[in-house]
Amino acid sequence: MSSPKKSLSKILFGPILDNNPIALQILGICSALAVTTKLDKSLTMAIAVTLVTAVSSAAIASIRQWIPGSIRIIVQMTVIASMVIVVDQFLKAYLYDVSKELSVFVGLIITNCIVMGRAEGFAMSNNASDSFWDGIGNGLGYSLVLMVIAVFRELFGSWSLFGQQLVSDEFKREFAQGLMLQSPSAFFLIGLFIWILRTAKPAQIEKA
Amino acid sequence: MLDLISAEDAFRLFLKSAFVENLALVFFLGMCTFIAISKNVKSAVGLAIAVVAVQAITVPANNLIDYFLLRPGAISDDIDLSFLRLISFIGVIAAIVQILEMVLEKYVPALFNELGIFLPLITVNCAILGGSLFMIERSYNFVESTIYGIGSGFGWGLAIVLLAAIREKLKYSDVPPGLRGLGITFVTIGLIALGFLAFSGI
Repeated sequence: MSSPKKSLSKILFGPILDNNPIALQILGICSALAVTTKLDKSLTMAIAVTLVTAVSSAAIASIRQWIPGSIRIIVQMTVIASMVIVVDQFLKAYLYDVSKELSVFVGLIITNCIVMGRAEGFAMSNNASDSFWDGIGNGLGYSLVLMVIAVFRELFGSWSLFGQQLVSDEFKREFAQGLMLQSPSAFFLIGLFIWILRTAKPAQIEKA
Repeated sequence: MLDLISAEDAFRLFLKSAFVENLALVFFLGMCTFIAISKNVKSAVGLAIAVVAVQAITVPANNLIDYFLLRPGAISDDIDLSFLRLISFIGVIAAIVQILEMVLEKYVPALFNELGIFLPLITVNCAILGGSLFMIERSYNFVESTIYGIGSGFGWGLAIVLLAAIREKLKYSDVPPGLRGLGITFVTIGLIALGFLAFSGI
């Protein structure tokens, strides 16, 4: 609590463009790319990650005085894993189709570096409510990248949005880009996203 | 559970897990470390060896734990502990990494000094947990999961060494300012992934 008090809006909106966890901190890309072939998959994933980050950060922040330094990673891991199990069971119960498609990637939220990174970097030295909003903010930054990439991949890969086909079948046969649904396109798109973001905000350019 | 598989099937599974379904390039697993530790070939090789070793031990270990404790009907017919998979797998991984670290420090100090900083990183590497989760999803038996562990670890290691080699050369090229660093790395990974797509034919 000794750190200077940051305003709520800065905690919440800072990570979206100025300090985006994916584009700038290289966190959480693992799952960001795999689920972006369809918008509904990415939306579910984005909500799940945002919730897990926020709630686990708040939980860790509220017990931080009692966590011994030497075993803090294990404690953080346990808190996060319990949260992820709750989310996983919830998805299996109420959104079975989406959870089937997300397969192992819901479980992999445990090792998503955003969740761990916020727990270690922010929640261990701030109070519970700030940590909660910090988790939401970073979750939103992650969601933004996820949704932008998913829109492009679903639109050009299968000419649909949220599973609704937008064009006639002949047009789709003619122009659907199969590559967009394959893994390389996600890497190219995220590279382009970073390029655009850094051209707009030159302060983020890395030194050669 | 110890159904042995033929040498041909074993080889096919190895190829599939290392190339066709490369954890890093097709399933995007372990990306954080993949990008952070690929700046030079020497440390990439160190991390690659550590990943192969940990993956080859944790996937079969988690397979045993799932078979004897967690799968529905493992302890008795009306107990289903499969919801505990995530938390026990991550626990097993953390424990094995810790043990491996201590064993290496005691018996192979040279290798320990080489891998030192990479071993703790591996606990939070999604490729390791991902390997165990894929093992469950595809219901591999013990022998298959051992081969899968070695194969997928090898594929991940191969990919990171390839990327590190390219990034070493990339230092001398003139990259547009906004693309410098992270951006061009992603484009490079995309190109490697494009190359690996060619393996999907075998």
